[in-house]
Amino acid sequence: MSKVIVVTSGKGGVGKTTSAAAIGTGLALRGKKTVIIDFDVGLRNLDLIMGCERRVVFDFINVINDGIRLNQALIKDKRVDNLFILPTSQTRDKEALAAEGVAKVIEELRKDFDYIICDSPAGIERGAYMALYHADEAIVVTNPEVSSVRDSDRILGILNSKSKRAEHGDDPVKQHLLLTRYDLDRVQRGEMLKLDDVLEILAIPVLGVIPQCGSVLQASNLGMPVVLDDKSKAGQAYKDAVSRLLGEDVDLRYVTPQKRGLVDWLLRRSA
Amino acid sequence: MRFFDFFRLSRRDDSANKAKERLTVLVALDRTGGGGPDFLPLLQRELLEVIRKYVDVDQEKVNVDFQAGTGFSTLEVNVELPNQLAQLRAG
Ligand SMILES: Nc1ncnc2c1ncn2[C@@H]1O[C@H](COP(=O)(O)OP(=O)(O)OP(=O)(O)O)[C@@H](O)[C@H]1O
Ligand SMILES: [Mg+2]
Repeated sequence: MSKVIVVTSGKGGVGKTTSAAAIGTGLALRGKKTVIIDFDVGLRNLDLIMGCERRVVFDFINVINDGIRLNQALIKDKRVDNLFILPTSQTRDKEALAAEGVAKVIEELRKDFDYIICDSPAGIERGAYMALYHADEAIVVTNPEVSSVRDSDRILGILNSKSKRAEHGDDPVKQHLLLTRYDLDRVQRGEMLKLDDVLEILAIPVLGVIPQCGSVLQASNLGMPVVLDDKSKAGQAYKDAVSRLLGEDVDLRYVTPQKRGLVDWLLRRSA
Repeated sequence: MRFFDFFRLSRRDDSANKAKERLTVLVALDRTGGGGPDFLPLLQRELLEVIRKYVDVDQEKVNVDFQAGTGFSTLEVNVELPNQLAQLRAG
């Protein structure tokens, strides 16, 4: 059975595209046939993060409006089996996302894929609404920061009232918190909201905590989703999140400090 | 370096706690529809009408402020009376 998962946040620049690319790739690595769709019309970015920008001929918008077949627009990843990208247009605007057109594409993809990951644009307007409308599940990407948490809460409200599931009175969209750019040192110094604070306010289950990590920028420079970097902490954390998405019980990493007792300190010094 | 880290821990910043407090209020408000209650504009208009029965004030001189909190919220109504009336009273 296929699942549509929206990666959304309200606030911009919190790590939606990074997360959509990482989690989509992670699912494909686990053998799930996966497509990642870029809903950020006009600000095409997913193809850059996935490193397939030079292979884009047709896009999502061409399929919706210009009679291009879906197969012609889907880009097959060269590194990972079972992984496809549906890029968006750089030149059109969000109005090009006609509701019936989007519905048709999602329906067609559902026949063929296990997972359909929708990378939402920021904001709570048309583009974001289109990205979340068909969702069975939502990954709400949040940074430990006041405005991001607030916007996440608003997105949760919209998922509960404006999604197709809400409109049809089906089971609600299953919601997951993905806390990204988490800086444990700053959390410990009391400068940054901690996981528990965010959980208390948003009150949805946590899918993962992704540490602030230099490897994310590096991966984006290379056009490689960060889960393909075995040495990256963020990559590991995304892999764990994928396991949880698949129903496995995996402990959270990078949320509790390593002990800094005296013995530990001495050990470190002598190491 | 690590030695100094111990001292830093004792001088904890608590801006994260402030953030959490603010968020708790903010999110609770957003969930009830955001900002102040939506009857405020109507309240302001009707108050103006009542006050006008007695004193000749104009629109801008009646100000309704809403301040939300977790325990309780306050509604503050300010009416600036015309000069004449103030003088009458003084006289
Ligand atoms: N865990 C992380 N550690 C360090 N940097 C990160 C992390 N996650 C994301 N970033 C950086 O944050 C920036 C924004 O990421 P990204 O483009 O994924 O956000 P977005 O939510 O998709 O943005 P937009 O709202 O514009 O679509 C990028 O520069 C990315 O490299
Ligand atoms: Mg993005």
